[in-house]
Amino acid sequence: MNMKVNIAGVELKNPVTVASGTFGSGMEYGEFVDLNRLGAVTTKGVAVKPWEGNPTPRIAETYGGMLNAIGLQNPGMDVFVKRDIPFLKQYDIKIIVNVCGHTEQEYCEAVERLSEEPADLLEINISCPNVKHGGIAFGQDPKQVEHITAQLKKVAKQPLIMKLSPNVTDITEMAKAAEAGGADALSLINTLTGMKVDVMRRTFAVANKTGGLSGPAIKPVAVRMVYQTANAVSLPIIGMGGIANAEDALEFLMAGATAVAVGTANFHNPYATMEILDGLEAYMKQHGVEDINELIGCVE
Amino acid sequence: MAKKARVPVVKTERLADGIFGLTVLEPEMAALAKPGQFLSLYLEDKSRLLPRPISICGIDKEKGTLRMVFRVAGEGTRQLSWLKEGDFLEVLGPLGNGFYETKIQSAIVIGGGIGIPPMLALAKHLQEQGIQVTAVLGYRSEPAFLLPEFEAYAEAVAATEDGSLGIAGNVLDAIREKKLSADMLFACGPTPMLRGIKAFSEQSGIPAQLSLEERMACGIGACLACVCKTKEKDAHSEVHNRRICKDGPVFYAQEIEL
Repeated sequence: MNMKVNIAGVELKNPVTVASGTFGSGMEYGEFVDLNRLGAVTTKGVAVKPWEGNPTPRIAETYGGMLNAIGLQNPGMDVFVKRDIPFLKQYDIKIIVNVCGHTEQEYCEAVERLSEEPADLLEINISCPNVKHGGIAFGQDPKQVEHITAQLKKVAKQPLIMKLSPNVTDITEMAKAAEAGGADALSLINTLTGMKVDVMRRTFAVANKTGGLSGPAIKPVAVRMVYQTANAVSLPIIGMGGIANAEDALEFLMAGATAVAVGTANFHNPYATMEILDGLEAYMKQHGVEDINELIGCVE
Repeated sequence: MAKKARVPVVKTERLADGIFGLTVLEPEMAALAKPGQFLSLYLEDKSRLLPRPISICGIDKEKGTLRMVFRVAGEGTRQLSWLKEGDFLEVLGPLGNGFYETKIQSAIVIGGGIGIPPMLALAKHLQEQGIQVTAVLGYRSEPAFLLPEFEAYAEAVAATEDGSLGIAGNVLDAIREKKLSADMLFACGPTPMLRGIKAFSEQSGIPAQLSLEERMACGIGACLACVCKTKEKDAHSEVHNRRICKDGPVFYAQEIEL
């Protein structure tokens, strides 16, 4: 039975990774799961310099999901390459480093800094809804998407995965723009912008006022966008958005994702990634699927 | 090491209006647990994804049980209050570091409102170590839940905002009125109270360990939702933030900004 998949020339031993920001760099989850079993770990977004992030409260629970506005708090590249990458190198897994920045210059600098590091793939966050500069500002205009992708391709040594925002009218336009800019793969979807009012305190539930909605509540939107994108571009897709069990993961694969990322589910079940792997194997056995690649994009 | 398990509820209590007790049987977690740590409690209602972090109020290592006392603050905790003896509950823990062990002869443990329960486990622990404990417990009004239980381990002083019991005022009014002093202050309660304790600690020169609360998602230090502001740059985050769930929930007053 083959579970290996290929993202831009990088072979993952199975299609299961984690969504950036929900898993740190794996250190905390290593207490609960066997990190060696993952196809890849996708790190929390890292920038050139440390970021303080947003004030608290940074999260709020919503029906079947949650809002977050962490604000990309991160320790900066110096510490990340000294601490987090060597930690991940102890494991037999692929490393996907998520990169963020306030400006084009900062993105370029971060990608350059990573070029000599043993990261297998770089995921570029041009879709964070919770920071004032950078993030989503680059991800909602096809011209900007193409431009920043092309600029980063000039300096990148690793394949680039552009992480797309669902907060657009037509995600395939952004996907095509990333492809035109030379992207090697796509990740989708980032969170949907949302808001919650705390009626007891008569104010915003999240200090940032708005936050990114994630969790099972957004899954049908994500599956639809993965399907549309898979049919619009020829790039491999890492699908994410509310994946909590193997059936969810299968939906994304069948809709056209080559790999899947587990995000918010890690918070309500630290073993979610392992259970999804077990469930994928069980499905393949039960349905006589020899190669998981047979399932990718099988719904036409 | 913390783990997640489905555990039986062996006892439930209703201690006051909206204040409930829940005792679960999990010998491994009970063996590891320390005062000031917490458990993440998961709900059966899967439309409510995130665990509720609830502090540990009682640790019985012989029976292998952990007791939690919580306030119904919303729909999630309301559902927890419906649990009955014999029901099962998913929990993750024990989480956080708990209160820090120090060489002291006397302690004032201070609890305000739903910050009172973790102080009971601490008062018991300190008393067992031969430390002289005074408990100062702040309530809005009667009934003073858990107060009789504190009396087994500490000289207990109650303060109520409406003056219905004990000293009229807050925990700091009680400390000042009774002219209390000790080698260390330990406190858990609402942020304005902790701010007051921090100021009192600075004025009196008595060091204080404060247990903080914040909205949490993962509970294990990965998501960076529950941070507090620190005076110095933190060695893990490289910024002025520490993770309440993983690096706390207890911090020395001088380390943090409230």
